[in-house]
Amino acid sequence: MSGKYKQVAYYPGCALEGTGHAYNRSTRELGKALGLDVVELKNWNCCGAMEVKNVDPKLQTYLSARNLSIAEAMGFDTVMAPCNGCYHNLKKAEYDLSHDAASREVTGRLSRKAGHKTYEAGKVTTIHALDWIKDAIGEDGLRARVKNSLNGLKVANYYGCMYTRPRHIFPEKDKGPGSESTSKPHFMDDLLAAAGAENVEFPLKTACCGGAHTLSDSDTSTKLVLNILTTAEACGADVIATECPTCHTGLEMHQVRAEKVLGRKTSIKILYFTQLLGMALGLSARKVGVQENLSDSSDLLRARGLG
Amino acid sequence: MPIHEKSLIRPENLVTHEHLELDGVDVSGHWSTFITSRAVTDYNEQMQEEIASLPGGEFIHRCWQCGSCTNACTINAINPDFNPRYWIYLIRMGFEDELLRDKDILWQCVSCNRCTYACPRDVNPEGVMKATAHWLELKGHTEKKPSTVFDEAFSEQVFATGKIEDGRVLRQFFARTGQSLFQDWLVQMIRGLVSRLPVGLLMKLGFATLKRPRTRGWADASAAIEEYVEECEANARKALRLDMQGAE
Repeated sequence: MSGKYKQVAYYPGCALEGTGHAYNRSTRELGKALGLDVVELKNWNCCGAMEVKNVDPKLQTYLSARNLSIAEAMGFDTVMAPCNGCYHNLKKAEYDLSHDAASREVTGRLSRKAGHKTYEAGKVTTIHALDWIKDAIGEDGLRARVKNSLNGLKVANYYGCMYTRPRHIFPEKDKGPGSESTSKPHFMDDLLAAAGAENVEFPLKTACCGGAHTLSDSDTSTKLVLNILTTAEACGADVIATECPTCHTGLEMHQVRAEKVLGRKTSIKILYFTQLLGMALGLSARKVGVQENLSDSSDLLRARGLG
Repeated sequence: MPIHEKSLIRPENLVTHEHLELDGVDVSGHWSTFITSRAVTDYNEQMQEEIASLPGGEFIHRCWQCGSCTNACTINAINPDFNPRYWIYLIRMGFEDELLRDKDILWQCVSCNRCTYACPRDVNPEGVMKATAHWLELKGHTEKKPSTVFDEAFSEQVFATGKIEDGRVLRQFFARTGQSLFQDWLVQMIRGLVSRLPVGLLMKLGFATLKRPRTRGWADASAAIEEYVEECEANARKALRLDMQGAE
């Protein structure tokens, strides 16, 4: 353990206070179990998700800049966001503020009118919950702490869109050995393997679940999700591990919808990677919020002696 | 023939003659199918510039038609008519009528950014799709599509309170699009969840729908954002010459 990220600013975002409640709970519990401190950003605001940018992208940059300025004011140089949408938008804001004068101008103007300090690029680094565990604890550190091995549980690791695309907003990725890959991400695979999971070869790691249109174009989303679910099953997985609340909820919702509307039933389970890691560290299923998921994985977990 | 000239070989533009001789040469039948001659006179010469003036459309001029976007596209894989490369071609050529044939599917871009990832020219095709979808709506070619209705319901909450509550977004969206909240798949999902959740958490979640989550001291930010949104709208109207059209 490197001592890195022993204490980070924490940006849960709106989804983690709503449908992604279980991800919030399991992330906090995982941190506690690993001795990592998370300090929630004071009085944060929504990052704009996938929607505000369609009103105007610079508005979305401002929303993230406000959150980054809070982290800075609290004395942090790192903010950790478990939600892919929040993570992506903070990264995007960081990129735009260092490359685009018009974005800087709008952010400055709105920050002044709103009465807070204007965030300047380079002050705060945004990391994902995956970076957090990977860099603070690492595979060896996890292996040493596993109390209840996932014991060959077959997992398809699903990262979704916003963790890797577009590539230019993630300058630290694709830097060779040890860094994350945008074409074939592996940080979640690495961590779950250290906890005893057997990762299946899954070609749809970064496929889209249709999350942006999960309600506005639900037939399309159902088709996209069904493809992900059936492919994971065909690859021999028992569980899809997720690291984004929108993907996670999308998979769960459209698993039900595919059955009701298209008559296509799939039985694969959907769990946050933080829930799987937490249970491997000996936390109970209840403690990591498995019962708060929209889908029910209790049968599988009981059968595997987890939770 | 480049693939993007596929409009030329649409069935209504093909002619086959049962008996036809031209200069003593027999050109009857399927082997001598003709393409009806085309003379385009109604190019929309402003279309590219207008779309480029909307957020996301800025770099459309960089496109050299390699097709990487369409090849990578999530939606193209389930609907071959969804073709970003083709639409960019039509916009750059000014073929408005051809673009309008696809006005009811263009909004379906899911912003997965596979196109942006693949594009060798940094066109930002995802942004171009959003700009084009907005252009179609602003010009009155289509009504507000469900994605825009959703974006607006969502954004209005963020602008007003600084945060969103996902249950409220869902209810608002269904109300604004005239759909019932009691879709059977949704009901089944919620029933399953309720049967498993501890009572305490259920009460907490129920409470959240009554007491809206909000960012404290948001009023100044909210006012600044609203002012900026108005400015963006005015710029878009000006770039698309909408007010001038109204005055004519």
